[in-house]
Amino acid sequence: MTISITVNGAKHEIGSDPDTPLLYVLRDDLELNGAKFGCGLGQCGACTVHIDGKAVFSCITPVGAIGDRSIRTLEGLGSVDAPGIVQKAFQDEQAAQCGYCIAGMIMRAQALLEKIPDPTDEQIREHMQPNLCRCGTHARILHAVRRASDVMAGVIR
Amino acid sequence: MNPITRRSFLAASGIAVAFAMTRPARAQLAGGGEGGAEPVALAPALPGSLKSSPYLDSWILLDQSGRATVFSGKAELGQGIRTALTQVAAEELDLPPADVDLVTVDTLRTPDEGLTAGSHSMQDSGTAIRNAAANVRMLLLRQAAAILMVGEGDVTSMGDGTIRASDGRRIGYGETASALSMRVEAVPDAPLRRKSQFRTMGTNLPRLDIPAKTTGGAAFIHDMRLPGMLHARVVRGPSEGTRLALPPDSEIEAMDGVVKFVRNGNFAAVVAEREWNAVKLMRRLQASPYELARSPFPTGGVAETLKALPARDIVILDASKPTADPRRSVRKSFTRHWISHGSIGPSCALAWLQDDLLTIWTHSQGTFDVRRVAADLLKRPIETIRAIHVEGAGCYGQNGADDVAAEAALIAASLPGRPVRLQWMREQEFGWEPLGPGMATEVDAALDGDNRIVRWNYDVWSNPHNNRPVGAGGVLVGNEVVPSFPVPEGKPIPMPEGDGSRNSNPLYDLPNMNVVYHFIKDMPIRVSALRSLGAHLNVFSIESMFDELALTAGIDPLDLRLNHMADDRARQVMLTAADAFGWRKRKKAAQLQGFGMGFARYKNLGAYCAIFMEVRIERDTGRVIVRRVQAAVDCGEVVSPNGIENQVEGAIIQSLSWCTREAAATDGTLRKNFDWSTYPILRFRDVPEHIDVIVEDQPGKPFLGVAECGQGPASAALANALADATGVRFTDMPITAEVVRSAIVTL
Repeated sequence: MTISITVNGAKHEIGSDPDTPLLYVLRDDLELNGAKFGCGLGQCGACTVHIDGKAVFSCITPVGAIGDRSIRTLEGLGSVDAPGIVQKAFQDEQAAQCGYCIAGMIMRAQALLEKIPDPTDEQIREHMQPNLCRCGTHARILHAVRRASDVMAGVIR
Repeated sequence: MNPITRRSFLAASGIAVAFAMTRPARAQLAGGGEGGAEPVALAPALPGSLKSSPYLDSWILLDQSGRATVFSGKAELGQGIRTALTQVAAEELDLPPADVDLVTVDTLRTPDEGLTAGSHSMQDSGTAIRNAAANVRMLLLRQAAAILMVGEGDVTSMGDGTIRASDGRRIGYGETASALSMRVEAVPDAPLRRKSQFRTMGTNLPRLDIPAKTTGGAAFIHDMRLPGMLHARVVRGPSEGTRLALPPDSEIEAMDGVVKFVRNGNFAAVVAEREWNAVKLMRRLQASPYELARSPFPTGGVAETLKALPARDIVILDASKPTADPRRSVRKSFTRHWISHGSIGPSCALAWLQDDLLTIWTHSQGTFDVRRVAADLLKRPIETIRAIHVEGAGCYGQNGADDVAAEAALIAASLPGRPVRLQWMREQEFGWEPLGPGMATEVDAALDGDNRIVRWNYDVWSNPHNNRPVGAGGVLVGNEVVPSFPVPEGKPIPMPEGDGSRNSNPLYDLPNMNVVYHFIKDMPIRVSALRSLGAHLNVFSIESMFDELALTAGIDPLDLRLNHMADDRARQVMLTAADAFGWRKRKKAAQLQGFGMGFARYKNLGAYCAIFMEVRIERDTGRVIVRRVQAAVDCGEVVSPNGIENQVEGAIIQSLSWCTREAAATDGTLRKNFDWSTYPILRFRDVPEHIDVIVEDQPGKPFLGVAECGQGPASAALANALADATGVRFTDMPITAEVVRSAIVTL
């Protein structure tokens, strides 16, 4: 059977079983690298994508359960040549060590800033809590989210 | 026990004194210094890895346009080495960094620089590339002078790939190089560029890998897709030493979606066209019954477990001088539990047998060793195997990367022509990867009437940290196939690098020092290298003791350290960090607020690092809030200030996670941590509110490894701040909120 999904504004017909986690469809069928396999249990956030603007764990979201809701991945925020504001903020803060968690971090931060453009430090930490980083880049990630918020508000460029 | 009786005891009891010295040696091991099959030194007089690969064309090639391709035998592990090495090469070639292409470790293309480990990459590869590039620039300048028919002193490199004569004529690198052979041995004294001339070193060149990692580029081995690629999953019991009773092959091969079922002895893997099918097949097969095929795990505490095993006693330090009599003494014991590497991305490898060439893509820290292991496992001539490093998630030592690379090779060898991608699941990584070893120490120290430390007896118990595979017996699949390859016997890494003994030799000037490493070769749990090896607990122990001694003496912990430290660079990082922290002005404004410091020079050979910390504790929960962290590091000549800060920030946060959260537990049969709920690590809510790192520049000084210098000092600073806040000395990691709460509930 085929399943129809909308990813980053484009519609795709997928020949996967409905129980397939969205993560495997994104990575293996659509060849998108942004969402990463981390735990397969919704405990680390490396696979974070947006469904209708909400940050979700794509590793535990069956593709058959998405229906006509729209999916956005890291690739939907910008590109190497034209990075989105949050992506650019992570680059400007050099907020990565190994970088494996960073795609998920950016997606989770993006979801926060779309809802609360000027969060408190406490709100940023609470919101980012589900995503794990093992290299210890947390301080830079928090700075990057703050920077992105400031750029969105026009405080800095 | 005083030094004399202790020595007498060792002699009388006939314990082998395998290694004894009174001064730390200055030479470092080549090739990562953490085992592996280290490259042979062909030219010992040359700096860094030029010793083992002395020819310039092993390191640098210039094309006709003047672009440079630079080859390193080290790997990008997320530490930013690609960027730092590019900066080094660009500086000494005097080229813009954009004109330098860096090729990282690949058995076909790059020198064998051993492991990428032990904070060695700048020392080994950075030094080699720096000097090789200086040699190349020297040859280019000479050649240009000859072509332009001017004196060698009349030509200058301009930083843009051209050379200018004093009369204004210019010639490009490409044209100059076309008449030059780089198949020449490096000379040790090619002139290096000085800090006043630097265009690239010392600047913050943005990390070259971050754009792809932030926008969904193919940045990791996990992102590789080869034509016709199959997906494999290994099929194992829940944790190391278990064995599944699987159905007959014919039954498994008949399962829907199975392209290939690979079974060899106790190794089993399922291969499918689609990744999710491979996962589902793996899960069905792993539901088979399992049994424990090894001796049961110990269930007691770390010290109890280790001390029950036979040990070889290795004397690390045995120094004595006449001193005043000891007046007041302190004795403490410290432990660290087994710790998981906890890579966010489970280990992954790709392998492809094409005609007679087997190519393996791996994120192991020992790419050349991956090739050796595969040759041994598959009994193939090593020339028919190529191993290429591709970035994985941060590994922090030997996680499952080496295992999965050998497994992918074995699977691909049975599927000629088809590339195979194998990834472990999160629970397989937790269940089977080598853990960072549990360790125990005991310290007995005493002060004389002038608060000088006149006794220092130190014992450390540890398994080998150095179980890096160089043959098939070092990887799981090698132990599982028939006939099987035995697990090699663990060996200690000799000082000055050491393994369990790493940093057990205090840098402080202590007149009497007796340090014994109780090396335990029998490993009750599978272990290997974890970032900083024994330095984590040894620095934790030494620095905790200094604070206890300062408390006993009634003097400031910083002063006690300075009173016993002659090394100027060590004193300087302590003073710099203390000043920036406001150590002398610190004042407790609340109950359960505390201040602490920790210091070490990594291996007494690498970077100097001092860390100061302020904490508060929530009385009801024992939760520790780290409010401020101030670090200062001295790692010699600075290539990338931001890269160094990033590494030290990361070391601090990771160390805080180890110190306050982490213990890989076992019951008699199984490991007990299989996911992030049973193995919690530090999350955003608990990371320090403010971290600052000061990098002390040392123009013209050798590069010193920095990546692991913060692990020991950060955990020590935390324990010392907690002791300051509570009056309780916490000696056993992890110091969880529950441990803290229990300790303060009666205060």
